[in-house]
Formats: sequence, C-alpha cells, structure tokens
Amino acid sequence: MAMKIGDKPFFDRVDDALEDNFMRNAMAEAQDGLRGRKLKATVEDEQIGDWEEWRSAGEEIRRHTLENLDYYLNQLSENFARQGGHVYFAETAEDATRYIQDVAKKKNAKKITKAKSMVTEEIGLNQALEEIGCDVYETDLAEYILQIDDHDRPSHIVVPSLHKNKEKIRDTFRDKANYTGTSEPCELTAFARSQLRETFLEADIGVTGCNFAVAESGTISLVTNEGNANMVTTFPKTQITVMGMERLVPTWEELDVMINLLSRSAVGQKITTYVTNLTPQLEEDSIDAPNEFHLVILDAGRSNALGTEFQSALHCIRCAACVNVCPVYRHIGGHAYGSIYQGPIGAVLSPILGGYEEYGELPYASSLCAACTEACPVKIPLHEHLIKHRENYVEKKGMTAEKMAMKTFGIGASSPALFKLAVKGMPAVLGPLVKDDSISSGPGPMKLWTSVREFPAPGKGNFRKWFDDHKKGRNQ
Amino acid sequence: MKVSLFVTCLSEMFYQNVAKDVVEVLERLGCEVDFPRGQVCCGQPAYNSGYRKDAQKAAKQMISSLENSEHIVTPSGSCAAMFKEYSELLKDEPAWKGRAQAVADKTYEFTQFIVNVLKIEDVGAEYPARATYHTSCHMTRLLNEKEAPFKLLKNVKGLELIPLENSYDCCGFGGTFAVKMAPISEQMVDEKVRHIEDTAANVLIAADNGCMMNIKGRIDRKGKPIEVKHIAQILNTRVEGRI
Repeated sequence: MAMKIGDKPFFDRVDDALEDNFMRNAMAEAQDGLRGRKLKATVEDEQIGDWEEWRSAGEEIRRHTLENLDYYLNQLSENFARQGGHVYFAETAEDATRYIQDVAKKKNAKKITKAKSMVTEEIGLNQALEEIGCDVYETDLAEYILQIDDHDRPSHIVVPSLHKNKEKIRDTFRDKANYTGTSEPCELTAFARSQLRETFLEADIGVTGCNFAVAESGTISLVTNEGNANMVTTFPKTQITVMGMERLVPTWEELDVMINLLSRSAVGQKITTYVTNLTPQLEEDSIDAPNEFHLVILDAGRSNALGTEFQSALHCIRCAACVNVCPVYRHIGGHAYGSIYQGPIGAVLSPILGGYEEYGELPYASSLCAACTEACPVKIPLHEHLIKHRENYVEKKGMTAEKMAMKTFGIGASSPALFKLAVKGMPAVLGPLVKDDSISSGPGPMKLWTSVREFPAPGKGNFRKWFDDHKKGRNQ
Repeated sequence: MKVSLFVTCLSEMFYQNVAKDVVEVLERLGCEVDFPRGQVCCGQPAYNSGYRKDAQKAAKQMISSLENSEHIVTPSGSCAAMFKEYSELLKDEPAWKGRAQAVADKTYEFTQFIVNVLKIEDVGAEYPARATYHTSCHMTRLLNEKEAPFKLLKNVKGLELIPLENSYDCCGFGGTFAVKMAPISEQMVDEKVRHIEDTAANVLIAADNGCMMNIKGRIDRKGKPIEVKHIAQILNTRVEGRI
C-alpha cells in the first residue's frame, strides 16, 4: 500500500530516526518556526477576534457535514456532473488508480503534471501511472525535490520535504539534475521552475488533490502558495482531481471559514497566495482550461470510521497543526511513523485506513500530552482517539504480560485492603535495589525506566500512620 | 472548609513528604483535612494503556470512597484530570455516571483549590532561590489550569522564577509511555533538562509527581546540581507573622 513508508518494524524506524541528528534539528527548527507563525495568525491576531470561536465554528461545520455526508456527496456529484464533469466513487485505492489509468489510456496520455496531493500519495498514483508508461511530474517544489531524490517519501503532510535543508536540496539537484548553482533558495527555486516550465505546457493530463469541494456549486477548491496548481489545471486538456470523500463543505460560506482555519493553522498565513476554485464549466474549444474534468471521490477505508467513535477523525482538514506541536514527532520525524500520515493525526488515521496489523503501534507513539487536541483548528479530540485505538488494540491481542499486570492492577485498585498492602510492601520489594536514595538499575519493566533515569526509592514512612498521628496531635 | 485529600499513589508510595506538605499548607490556610481510607489509584495507568475495564474498577472504588466529601484536593493535575474522565469511562452504567460527575465536579488540583476556591494567592511562604517551573500537560490542557501555580509562586518571598523555554512541550513521562517508548521518552526528557539548565535555575518546581519523577530521574542520572521540588514543598515554607 502506498500509504506505507518503509518495511522496517516500528522500533527500528524510531532508532534510525533518533540517530539522524540532521533530521532532528531540522524538525525542531521547523516546528518552532511553524508554531510561532501559527500563534501570530490565530490567538494573537486581534483582527479575527476570538480564535476559540473560529475553532468552534470549524468543528460545527465539519460535524454537520460528516453527519450529512451522503446528502452533500450526492449534491456535490450532481452539481459537478450537471456541468459536464465526470464523477467516480472509488471504494478502494485500487479502484481509484484503475479508473485514472483508464482515463490516461483513453487520452493516450504521455505526460502528466501533478499539484501537491497527499491523497494521491495514499493511493500510489504515480506508480500506477508509470506502470502504464506515463511520465509523471510533481510540480509542487517540495514534492518535486522528493521525486527527483529517488522518490523519497513525504515526512510532513503540508511540508513534505521538511527533513531536507537547502544544502541537501542543492546536492540532490546536483546529483540528479545537473544543477551547478548554489544553495540559495531563490536560485534553487529558479532552477526547478526552469525544469518544469516546458513540462507544464506539454502535459496531457493535470492531476490535483482537493482541499475542499463545495457541494452547492460542484467546485473544487485548492489552497496553494506556488502557483503550480494553476498551471496544472490550466494547460492540460484533461484534469483529474482526487479527493478524500470527507473533504467537502456545504456552501461557499463554510468554505470561507474553513480556508481561514486551514491557512492560518497550517502555515500562519491569513490567506495563501492562491486559492483556486475550479468548476467544470467546460467548453470544447477553451484554450486556458481543460475540456474534460474527472472527480475521483475516494473512500479507501474512510467509511470504517463513519458512525463510529472515530468519526471526528474524518473532520481533519490536513493542516498539520497537531504535527507541528507534537513532541514525539519533534524527535522521530515523519518517516518513523511508517505512514504518509504522520504525527498525532497520522497515528489516529493510519490505523483507521490501514488497520491495526500494519499501524497498531502508532497510537502508542504519544505521551498523551494533548498538545495535538489543543492545536486542532476543528477540535478533534486526537489524544482521546489514541486511547480508543489502544483499547481496540489490546482487545484484539491475546493474553500478554501487560494485560496480566493490568488485570492485577484492576483487582488491587478495587480493593483498598490490597492497595494498602501494595503500598506497604513497596519498600520491602524495592528496598534491596535502593542505593543512595534511588534505584539505578531495576528488573523487568523497571529496566526500561532505569536505562534512562533514576527510579525513586519508596518513601520510608507510612503516610496513613503519619496522618493519624498528625490528626491526633492537632486534636489534643 | 472541609477538604478530603486524594493523595495519589505516587505521593503515597514515593513522595510522602509532598503529601505531608499538602496537608500542612491546607490546614494553615484554614481547611479541615481528612483522608478517606478507601482511596486507591485513580486508574489512569490502565485507562491510558487501553484497559478500560480495569480502569473502571479503580474509578468505582474512588467514587465510592470520595463521594461524601465536600471538596477533594490532590497534588496532581493529571490525577485530578483523570477524575474528569470518569463520567465518560462509566457512561454505559447510568447508576455510576451521575455519581462520577458529582465527584469530578468537586475535585481540584492543589494550587487550583487554593487560588480558585480559597481565593488565596499569597500563602506567606518564603523560598530564596533561582527557580523555574514545569507546566504539566494534563494540568494545563485537560484540567485547563494554567494560572494558579504562577499566581502562588509570584508571592513566594525570595523566589526568582525564570521562564522555561518551550515550557508547553511534554517532558516525556506519559505514564507507561516512558517505558513503552523509552528511546523517544529519553529524547524528550533530555530536551526538557537542557531547557531547565539554560535557565541556570537551582530548583525546578512542578505540580505533578509523575513529571517530577521523570525529570528528576534524568537530572540525577546526569548528575546535574538541580533540585526538583513539588510546589507544595515550596508553599510549606512559612514566614512567621505574614499569615
């Protein structure tokens, strides 16, 4: 599955990440920058009033849309088709890629340009198109860098090449594209631009993702900064847009709120450089627009969450605000999650879309600090979803040492007498390990704790007895 | 005012001095403190690890032993926040859900109780030191208490409080996370310790024994000369005649 990154087990991926000091510094720096920018454009921006009210509005819009998803999807597809567009509902990633392959074959397409899109990463679209002989060109700068770097994978849903800096990018351009310039960002960008210019003009099909689709008018809205999406949707005669089935809003009024929430939360901009709205009002002889427009609406596991306790995970607008505040992502980066959806939302979404077999460990890659929940512009209770995943995960697993321990915990915690005994017995159990008032090397699960830090020695006295004596003393 | 102490298992097992300081501060501020004997652990280790049923057992025991109290006060924002989860945890048992909510409604973290219920911001403490304060995730985000500790510390005589860089980042404790994801937790606590060192503080103050156990454990392992204190220990230093 194309959502997956790498074949190594989770902890090996984590070890690889923790050894990569370059990547970790890049992540920490990027996070600090993105966090600051987001704050300036949200809670600190007096022009927009109370940010919490915006969040509540966003939550309400997303909840309403998802609760009436069948209605709005129907409205969207009717309005899209009425204007000459083709709508295809893809139940699986394979259905989606097969449909797009068929369109490419019918059009005898050779060159395909793409705007940035995580959902096409999810379904492995590039590979599917290359298999039938098409040349696929990523035109978003970050995606272009990854593509020419031997198809490196995204490490962040908004900034896919976050794990690279300008020197690394210069080296990639030199090694893969005969670049001879410096690491100056302007020069690097100019080079990528010159490489892509001809391609834009020659492309047979343009492919985009979809930030939001507007049901009332059958419009696809794209939020971008580089202008490449406009090129992708202007020159080729055929356009294909792939959208997750949850990515829609009822009307333009809600679109306004959602775009504010998205651009401010994702990159700290009041509005992105381009907000491109495309409606398939097709003219056969148009010179600056496609005359064939396909909309692929993708399920691929999303309906697993509908009507369940995970439904609000589908409220996500892919702003990565949760990724940018996550202290775990900060240290392990994106690739360690093993999914193109990383960070807290990745740990919630990947098991829903790809199952526990593949992604069951991700919900544990969180200290449940809830920074994600606090940052989410549509108030998804991300840390609560992580706990729910854990509940499902342990239920599926057979008896483990941990399960035994928790059962014992349950018995102890429901009996004050046993609990008291456990507290009392602690010094006797741990006593032999104590040296200089702490434990430096413990057995069993304590070993993992003491591999990093000291474990405290149990208190010497008995608090309950102290409390009784203290009370007696006060009452005398 | 009548207060029941919910001591927390970490305090009872490892940090009894903190528990004593809590009792003494509350009494000094005019509260009558009792200690309901039936209390156990709040159930958070089981709840956070996905063992809902086992957590429910702990929750019921806690509700039964504390529901007759007027106010429940605990020296841990995280354990107090767990009480707030009880009504969700027991949502399928109507007989318990309401009782769970009633207990949650009268539960306060220690500093939150002093500032918001007792309406006291100066407890008359004195602690001459250069210190920094670690804001715990659950207390600030789940219990939504961001101010109370700072209001109290501001009035501690002689205490110089240095702001902590990236204070809102988790220290890497996360209960079983510290063990299950030990290599990641290690990096998180290391970054926290680096920021603490950058303040040149001699004392780190916190209001949650879980975070303290983690941060102190790492500070001690690295041999750094920084003391780690619970805020109750700071507030239980008395200036005669001021209160």
